[in-house]
Formats: sequence, structure tokens, C-alpha cells
Amino acid sequence: MNNDTNYDAIVIGGGHNGLVNACYLAKAGLKTLVLEQRPLVGGAAITEELIPGYKFTTFSYALSLLRPDIVQDLDLVSHGLMVLPMTNVFQAGFDGEYLFFGPDSDVNFHEISRFSAEDAESYRDLSHLINRVCHALKPLVDEIPPNSVSQDPADLAEMADLDQYMDDLPEDIRAMLKKFTQGSAADILDEYFESDLLKAQIASSGIIGSKASPRSKESGLIWLFHKLGEYDGVQGDWGFHKGGNGGFTQVVARAFESLGGEIRTEAGVDGVIYENGVASGVHLKDSTSINAPVVISALDPRRTFTQLVNPDDLPEDLITAIGDYKFQGCASKVNFALSDLPNFPGLEGRKDLFTGFTNVGPSFDYLEEAFADCLAGRFSRRPFLDCCVQSTVDPDMSPPGKHVMSCFVMYTPYHLADSDWDTERENLGDTVEATLEEFFPGFRKLVEHREIVTPLDIERVVGLSEGNIFAGEMFTPQMFLNRPAPGWNQYRTPITGYYQCGSGTHPGGGVMGGPGKLAARQILKDRVVT
Amino acid sequence: MPETTPFHDYLNPYNETGIWKHWSGYLVAPKYQYSTTAEYYAIRDSVAVLDTSPLFKYRITGKDSLQFLQTVMVRDIAQCAVGAAQYTCWCDADGFVLQDGVIMRISENEFWMSSAEPSLRYFRATATRLEMQDIEIQDITNDYGILAVQGPHSHTVISQLTDAVNSMGYFELAEVEIAGCPVIISRTGYTGDLGYELWIRADEAQQVWKCLINTGKDFNIIPIGLEALKMARVEAGLLLLGVDFESARFAWVDAQRETPIELGWRWMLRKLEDDPRQFIGRAAIENQIKEKSNRWVTIGLSIDWHDYERVHLEAGIMPPKHDLYCESTKSIYRRGEKEWDYAGYATSFLFSSILKKPIAIAKLPNDLAKPGTEVDLEISIIHKPANVRATVQRMPFYNPAHKTQIFS
Repeated sequence: MNNDTNYDAIVIGGGHNGLVNACYLAKAGLKTLVLEQRPLVGGAAITEELIPGYKFTTFSYALSLLRPDIVQDLDLVSHGLMVLPMTNVFQAGFDGEYLFFGPDSDVNFHEISRFSAEDAESYRDLSHLINRVCHALKPLVDEIPPNSVSQDPADLAEMADLDQYMDDLPEDIRAMLKKFTQGSAADILDEYFESDLLKAQIASSGIIGSKASPRSKESGLIWLFHKLGEYDGVQGDWGFHKGGNGGFTQVVARAFESLGGEIRTEAGVDGVIYENGVASGVHLKDSTSINAPVVISALDPRRTFTQLVNPDDLPEDLITAIGDYKFQGCASKVNFALSDLPNFPGLEGRKDLFTGFTNVGPSFDYLEEAFADCLAGRFSRRPFLDCCVQSTVDPDMSPPGKHVMSCFVMYTPYHLADSDWDTERENLGDTVEATLEEFFPGFRKLVEHREIVTPLDIERVVGLSEGNIFAGEMFTPQMFLNRPAPGWNQYRTPITGYYQCGSGTHPGGGVMGGPGKLAARQILKDRVVT
Repeated sequence: MPETTPFHDYLNPYNETGIWKHWSGYLVAPKYQYSTTAEYYAIRDSVAVLDTSPLFKYRITGKDSLQFLQTVMVRDIAQCAVGAAQYTCWCDADGFVLQDGVIMRISENEFWMSSAEPSLRYFRATATRLEMQDIEIQDITNDYGILAVQGPHSHTVISQLTDAVNSMGYFELAEVEIAGCPVIISRTGYTGDLGYELWIRADEAQQVWKCLINTGKDFNIIPIGLEALKMARVEAGLLLLGVDFESARFAWVDAQRETPIELGWRWMLRKLEDDPRQFIGRAAIENQIKEKSNRWVTIGLSIDWHDYERVHLEAGIMPPKHDLYCESTKSIYRRGEKEWDYAGYATSFLFSSILKKPIAIAKLPNDLAKPGTEVDLEISIIHKPANVRATVQRMPFYNPAHKTQIFS
């Protein structure tokens, strides 16, 4: 059965990148349809009221990486964009030790000086250098990357331009970039700091969502990637979207609809329709099909290249690359409804400890031990936790006096050696509670409800393969020129009219919108040519 | 929470305004009384006391300390006698200024210094890079408080506390005892007036403070805040980090960086030809001197009183003068045929109450940076730009004889 044959473009998957992509297409005048398998759009950026009055950021929980030009281009403010600043970072240490960062650099200087005056000074040097590195990377983040495989003169010229751009960067930036892309966060941090608590706090950015410890060579880039974001121009700062990250995707959905776009929920896609290497629409799970000359997959590369189309129809090197592309999700969420705010020993009653990120991961050793469990095929017995209590700044997240606590948990490998996630789900919840109880005594008594989201749940519910929150590891070999595969990093696929726009494409994961934006740019460029 | 200085509890009752600001994470008062100018005149007329404890303080000791400072600092610390102090700056390898500060030579191989921004790690890393073994660089920021006692009567007051100041020349220092507490006192300051700075152990702040205030009360001693200090420092032609220049360390591009020549500190490089030291940045600085490739020079600007009156009166308003100190950039234009012929800018602007005219600290290209040259300074009159005539002049603008007077 055919219906609605007059779409110009169909986006498969209503996550933030699918929606951003669809917005840009609709804004350019394309009649665009977004198909979402779930009853709500947002993908991994959703807010769900699991129990009345308590709004959970089920998966993604903070905003920074969102490319700021998207806000302007799509007029997101008029559709309700509101990002509240996360002003503080609280790093819990052992035996009541802690690091507490706020918005004032001089106060932070004194805070670090409690551990080391040299560290406090290094922190400024390193922050400035990272800011300069991020500034240098900005043009690369916001452009379609060049094709490193093609021998087409235009592509070769773009590669030459890229080389030139990198060569022209100041030497200290190039050196630092090399450290970030080829080395571990720990190597950099050991060079700059002596305080283990401080190093562990900073290193958390280098492991988030990745099968990497601070000492893994992959952690440098993950750290840098998380610094690419900003809050109103302050590099590396984060915010809460009003109503959680689901509030953000609802804003984009409204922007899309105001541009004339159409969203269909509970419309799972079975596959892309193509013939002789040309796409013409999609088959839905309900056996209907919809035609359109442009089809965009916002799903991860595995689904894009091996499930929505028949991999046998695609070049072998591409399929090999996608086969080698690492997912290996190892992050979970445990979301709590709390009767009150937790207490840290010696700082009881301090709400400000929870108005940003609250981290448990007090030393490199702690993090390495947690990672050793992961490598052994089990979840960390003492996990790294990255917690947010958005209800401290957004009163509409919970009933008055109560709180919702989003708790990001690592490491929890998708593949468990001796068990499975349906068996281990509650055990994970207990482990997280026990860890929070250790650092925030009395925590357990505050728990009114908990929601456990394992890598298997992320895969089942959101569709992200192996539960990788970035739609594939953000390791250097699968970034930029190689995301998701060399030669296929420009949002096209071997099938004409079939595109990719998910986090598995450049610039990468996180609620960034960059892939959706750049894919739209490519699609619109190709339309002009044809 | 901000930190407090060792004197905070004793200063707090003086703050009529209830306003505190942050300086390097410490609470400090912008002013204690409502009139900034009244505080300012304590510096110029009687005696003012200012808490500068938030400055970073380092003690550098060891056999290699002299050579270390000779290598790091632009001025040769060997030229500073034991018992004297030296105002200097330090640069990066490209000759761009990182910071300025005052170094006190306590003994042959012991130096104490203060600076506006932290430099502990930089100094230690540099000492390591220079393979200096016998050197210790300690952060004594929290061990000491500093009181600047400034004004024509500062000597009257301090000399009642210690005889040491009677023979103390400008930029000399002594280790003394005040109220039974060891104090290092130097004849230095940031006001361009007669004055002293006292380094006091943090745990003995109260004794020294009480003694100082009791002795000074007959001479109108008052605590003053940063606003009055800033007024005085413009008249003294003293540059302020973050206002008149940026540290090369946190700059993004060279347009934000400046060499000592560009900062008007050519005097720090006098007799460079007789100075064999290879201090950091020397080659670049020497090259700049040789090539005259400095992009600008920092120099004083004396704004024409009549012109300043005229542009305001023509617009129908009274010219603002009282408590007028401004740190926002003002553009400077070349006077000639062309209108609005951009030439440079002013970083600090003050209506000097004692000089009865507006003055500014300006950055001008070499051909204009000559005393007597006339330029146009852009000011805002009822939200519209207007030019007033100004004359380039060497700083300081105000330089009283008692600043360097010999007392003994």
C-alpha cells in the first residue's frame, strides 16, 4: 500500500539529530516527514513523568554541546528554548574530602589551592589552552568534513585545505591537539596537576559514555569533545534544559511543525526502499510504505548500513568498516525520586552541591578499578557516578520539597560475561544506591522510587546499538574523517538519495545537533546539483 | 565564599557603604566612605592605609635565586642592593609581558615579591627548566598581610613606630619590629606619593593594625578602598594589569599582548648594552628596539581643559568631573585633514582632582607618542561621540617632591 507520495524527504528516527535535520530541510522548503517508532519523539533526549509529579530525564540529562547556530537558524527560542545554567560541580572525595567548583574563577582558585597552589595556577593555564584548542576546532566541528578517500580533485583540494589549516595553527595548539587525539586524559592531567581528586574530577569528562578509563589512550579525545560545548559562550559549561532534555527535543519538534513538517509517532521503519542504487521511500513495520526521493537515517551506523538496507547491496569495504565500528556501550542510568536532597558529611543541608554535576569518582585508582570490572565483563562494583538533581533549579521537575536525581553510571558493559541485564538490573540499582550511601550517608532512606536503565534498555527503547549513548564510540579512529567510515563521512551513503544524520556521523554524539545540521547542508547541496 | 584578609575584621567597622568587592577571591572594599575623592585626598594630603593582602606573595631563596631572577626578570636584580626593592616585569620568550611586580632583596640570596596574578608554578617550572638546583620558591600569600600606608604624613606616622624609616630612601626596605611583631617595611607603593608598605604576619595582624591606627589618628589616617587607589595610580602613571595591559599568559592573540617597550617601560631597559644577561624575552625585545618595530607606546595624555568644557557646554550640559575614573577604552584620532583618523586608544581616564583636569593613559604609534603632540580623544556627550584635544605627555602626571624626600 502506498500513501502520501508527495513527501520530499523522510527522516527515520525522531531523536534530536533527526529533528534538527528535518527542521533544516523543512526550512529549505522540502515537505518533510519524521518517522518515530516510539509514542514520543526525542530519541535519547526525552523527559518522562514515570510517577505523577516526578519528571525523569530517562537517558540524556544535560546540555552544552548543542551547536549555537542551530538555535538561531531554527528560531528555537520562540519555540520555548530555555537553558538554565548549571553553576556548580561537586566532586565527592573519600572521608568527607571534596572539591566544589562554582562560577567564580577566583573562588575556584582558592578551592583548588586547598590541595595545591600550583594546581590552582595550572588549572588556569590548562583551561586557557583548552579554550584555544576548542576555538581552533570550531570551524571543523561546524563544517562537512572532507573526504579522505576520494581522488576527486575537489575532494583532494579540501583535504589539502584541511592540512593547511592544521599546519597554520599555533604550535602549542597543535601539540595539545595531538595529546588529546592520541593520548590519555591521565597523561595530560599528570603533566599539569598533582591533586588526585582534581585530576579525577576533570578526567570524568574523558570517560563519559565510553569504554575507556582515564589511562586509556582514547580518553583524551573524549575529554576534549566534552569541552567543545558552551553555555552562552563559556566553553565547556553545561545547562539544564527547562523540563529536562526532553523539553529540548519538544522545542525542536515544535519548530519543525511550525515549518510545516509532519511527525508520525509509533511509526517504526522496517527498511529503505531502493532500486538500482536509488532510494525512493521507506517500508514501515505496519507493512505500509511511504515514498520520497530523499530518505535520511537518524539511526546509528549499524542500523543505517546493515538493517535499514541489505548490506549485500553495499560496498564490502564499507560493510567491513561498519562491522569493525565499535559500539560496546558501557553506561547506564539510575534515576531516583527522592524525598529530600542527599547530604554530604560536613556539608549537610547544602543545596548548592547539587545544582550542577555531582560526581562520585574520587581518584584515578577508583576509576581504574571500576574499569577493571568492565574489562572483566561485569559492572563496576563501585561505579563512577555523574549525578544531576535538576529539580534544585527547575521546580517543575518534581513535587514541592521532593527531588529527581539523574544518575549516570559507569561502567556497565553491554556484554556481561556471566549474566544478562534482565537478571542484573536490580543488582545494578542496589550497587548504585550502595555507592551513593557510601559517599552521601543516609541516601538510601531518601529513595522513593528508582528507574534502572541498562545498556540493554537503551538499545531496546531508544534503538542505540549495544546501548552506546554516542551511536558508536568517540574514539579517534572513528571520528571526523572516519565517522562512521572513511569516505562515508559526508552524510551520503552508496545509495543515491539515502543519507545518514545520526550521532554516528561527524561531529559525533551528545545533544549536539551538528550531524543533523550538516547532513541537511549536504542534502540541500546535492539537490541543487541534481 | 570569598576569603577574607587578615585585616578584614578590623576594617569592616570602617565600611560605611556596606559594599565589598572581590579581589583575587578576597573581600576588599571599593571605598569605605561615600566620597571616593575624600579618600583619595587622604593619599595626597594626610595618610591613607590600604589593605593589599590579596596580592600573591612569594619568597625566593637559595644560592641560585639571584641568577634565577636575573634570568626571569627584565630588570637586573643584581643592581638592587640588599635592603632595597625593585619594580620590574617578566616576559615570555617573545618578549611579551606576563606580569609586573615588586621584588624586595632581603639578603644576598633571599627575595620577597608580590604580584597581582599567581606565578608560583610558572617560577618553579622555569627554575626546573633552567636546571637550577639551589633555589626554593615558596608561596607565602596566606602567611602575610600587606598594608600600604601612603600619603605625605605616612612618614610622620611610621617614624613613630620605628626609627628605621628615618634613613630609608625611596625603594629601600628594613626588617623592623612594630608592637613587638616583626614587620618588613619598604618605601614603596602604588600611589606615586610618599608611602610605605608593611608586610605583617597574618597571625599578628591585629597588634600591628591597632598600633598603626592609634598612632595615625592625629594625622587623619583612614582606610581607603581600591577606587581611591586607582585614581592615584593614574596620576602616578602606574599601569594596572587587566586594565592598561593583559598578561600574555592568558591572551588569545598577539594583538592583546604587549612588550615592555609598548608598555612605556623602556626605562627598565636602560643600559641594556652593558647588561650581559640573557633574560627571557631579551632577544625579541632587543630586536624590537633595534627595528623600532613596537606597534605603539603607552604614554600619558593631558586633556585640554577648555576643550573638555566647550564640548559639554555646547551640548548644554555641565562637564562631569567629580569622582570620575573610567577603565573603558576610548579611541584616539590623529589631528589633521582627515576626520576620525584612528590612531590609538586610552585605557584609563581620570578627572584628576588635584591637577584639575582630565588625564588618560594612552597607546599611541611612535610618531604620535612624543611629548607635546596633539591628538583627539573621543568621549561620549549625551551618548554621541565627540573629540576633545589632548596633549601627549610623559608620566607621571603628579610627582610630589616628598615621594623621594630624604628625611634623616
